[in-house]
Amino acid sequence: MAKFTKKKDGDLPAVSTASLPDIVFMLLFFFMTVTVMKDSSLMIKNELPYADQTQKLDKKDRVIYIYAGKPSPRYQGKFGTAAKIQLNDKFADVSEVANYVLAERASKREELQNVLTTALKVDNETNMGLVSDIKQELRKVNALKINYTTRSGKASQNLQ
Amino acid sequence: MARRGGAPEVNAGSMADIAFLLLIFFLVTTTIETDAGLDRKLPPIEPPENPPIIKQKNIFTVVVNKNNQLLVEDELMQLEDLKAAAVEFLDNGGGTGEKGEPCDYCKGAKNPESSDHPSKAIISLQNDRLTEYGTYIAVQNELVGAYNELRNREAQRIFGTDFTAMNNLYLDPKTSDDVKDELKPKIERIQKMYPQKLSEAEPKTN
Repeated sequence: MAKFTKKKDGDLPAVSTASLPDIVFMLLFFFMTVTVMKDSSLMIKNELPYADQTQKLDKKDRVIYIYAGKPSPRYQGKFGTAAKIQLNDKFADVSEVANYVLAERASKREELQNVLTTALKVDNETNMGLVSDIKQELRKVNALKINYTTRSGKASQNLQ
Repeated sequence: MARRGGAPEVNAGSMADIAFLLLIFFLVTTTIETDAGLDRKLPPIEPPENPPIIKQKNIFTVVVNKNNQLLVEDELMQLEDLKAAAVEFLDNGGGTGEKGEPCDYCKGAKNPESSDHPSKAIISLQNDRLTEYGTYIAVQNELVGAYNELRNREAQRIFGTDFTAMNNLYLDPKTSDDVKDELKPKIERIQKMYPQKLSEAEPKTN
């Protein structure tokens, strides 16, 4: 009988892949939301120096970033070629560092306020004078834990 | 039949491919990057009330001038030799028994002209305002390297692991509290044997 033969000749039914797109989309949305795009676009040349005796930086919410270096070519016409400090999205003067750190510290959760690290992302070719000025400002506001952010590599590469 | 007249269904079979393509794009571009660097602690701005008197032989002066040259204990030195020189200074342990400070774990030359004890040895790093940041970091890196080398040696002797490995594990936010509690006394013991006394003086203005 036709009814019964039909059942027999069907081999294993194919696994339905109809829900595959859903699964993949779920993963996709996960990665899309988790991906953090760079929060501040750098307006300076920021080639970090190399070091190999490094320690990993703490979680991102416990770190205050300060950038310094020469303005990148498209900003050089306006700001010159002398090394400058960048806080968030704009160039800043040394005197603004203290206020910036205080404001950043105040915006963090209270239990984190004592464990904050200040990460100095300073370009290889900057003069130490500017870095010392930043350090001096940090001492004024008692932000004593700092981290010179580096790339991993032999320190002798800095000298070339 | 009436059903055949309806609009044909769009084939959604390739949807998965498109979604995969996007997924792979985001997977590749996502960088869960962790920055690394040299941790330092700045001195508080108020000077201590009674600055301790430090013997000259316990200070290891490193000066980086504006031409990025290195002057160690008044002698010109190359960066490659700095680490060995710093290790030699820190590990000297030349203290004699009179004040109860001979360093029993030091393996240095016990030169009476050099540092008494690792806990007294201070490295003073001075730079010029025109020193390049890269050079400064290279010097800092070598000095931290000297401390790490000595600490690793003692950690290997006592606990059978590297100090840097223990410290990284301790600082890792993923490490459980039990492990951290176990590591903390070990790390502190090593740190006490070779405390990092690296002073960054304010730069000289010409």
